[in-house]
Amino acid sequence: MISLASSILILAGLFFYLAGSIGLLRLPDLYTRLHALTKADNLGLGLLAAGLALHSQHLLTSLKLLLIWLAVLAASATSAHLIARQARRQETRR
Amino acid sequence: MNTTSLLVFDGLLLFSIVCLAWASLATTDERRSVILFMAFGLVLAVAWGRLLAPDVALAEAAIGAGLSGALLLAAVRKQSPGSSRTHANTDRNYSGSGAKVALQWLITLLCAALAGTLAWALLHALSSAPHDTLPRAISDNLVASGVSNPVTAVLLNFRAYDTLLELAVLLTAVLGIFALGQTTPGYQPAGPVFDGLVRWLVPVLILTAGYLLWVGAHAPGGAFQAGATLAAAGVVLRLAGRSRIGLPDGFMLRIIMAAGVGVFLLVGLTLLLLGRPFLGYPPAWAGALILLIETAAMLSIAATLLLAFVGGQPQSAGVNAAANRQHEENSRC
Repeated sequence: MISLASSILILAGLFFYLAGSIGLLRLPDLYTRLHALTKADNLGLGLLAAGLALHSQHLLTSLKLLLIWLAVLAASATSAHLIARQARRQETRR
Repeated sequence: MNTTSLLVFDGLLLFSIVCLAWASLATTDERRSVILFMAFGLVLAVAWGRLLAPDVALAEAAIGAGLSGALLLAAVRKQSPGSSRTHANTDRNYSGSGAKVALQWLITLLCAALAGTLAWALLHALSSAPHDTLPRAISDNLVASGVSNPVTAVLLNFRAYDTLLELAVLLTAVLGIFALGQTTPGYQPAGPVFDGLVRWLVPVLILTAGYLLWVGAHAPGGAFQAGATLAAAGVVLRLAGRSRIGLPDGFMLRIIMAAGVGVFLLVGLTLLLLGRPFLGYPPAWAGALILLIETAAMLSIAATLLLAFVGGQPQSAGVNAAANRQHEENSRC
């Protein structure tokens, strides 16, 4: 039962990764690509971490995975903001 | 089924390593090349993980991908069209295209020769010696080493000489960095979002460094990984435009730079005076001595890596702040 739930979570996470990667390749400009990458991949990583935490069935491992997810959330949100701001500045300068 | 899927995964891993390496070398855009190199380092770290070498994987991710990437990006930034001096240099170096092509071929040949030699040595080592004697020797003596992580036991006890000399190499590298002169003013002060990240990320990085140092005694970790993490905290502070990046001033900085080699030598010489071999720890004290040496080594490694990123001798705090203000005003104009 638990292994089924964790498999479903991991597969769902992989789906979001796939969607994010397709978005990165297919979307027309930098802002939409950033949107696809950060939003979809953050959710994908969260689902992946949840699935792996269920799979490990250790509280400490689950907490570590949660920490990793939170760190990536903060880092990717900040870097997306920085990239978008830089791109916007270059646009207005032109 | 399981082994087949792992084989597919390993194949993909190898394929992406080779592709990333090629892409990083083949692209003409320097920034793109560096970013591809960082991706290459991360995938390489996964490969080390697959080879059941988590210590190397940690070091590769922290130093190979993270800090080397930051160093290379800083170098690309310095070389950007704004500074004419570097451009004059490159023009002079590559004046004739014929010389450039010849140089490229020479480098390619030398690299191929090196790779061939390494491959031959590896094959030779794999085929000739029975290769389970060393692991067995380590596991037989692990109890006496003071730590339960075999990698730390080798690095800090059985082959402590090697690590001492590595630290001496790092110290020499700092002298080379100092020869480059004073540092340039740092980056522009960060906006609120990045500053908010820095405020909690830096303490977490320092905590992680302490954890990696401590955990090295019985699990993957150790002075090099901890030092790289500590240096990463300083890199983040510099990128956020802080004038103080955790490096102390003047004399204190020199003490920290030399601490790794100094403490190592002091321990070794004290043991000599007590009638033991150089760096031959008494088993009862081995754990504590290794932790002492690793703590000093971590500080030295972190300072060295951070100084490499800064790219010169740091100015004293007051001068640095004034230069930063000047820089800020210039960029505002």
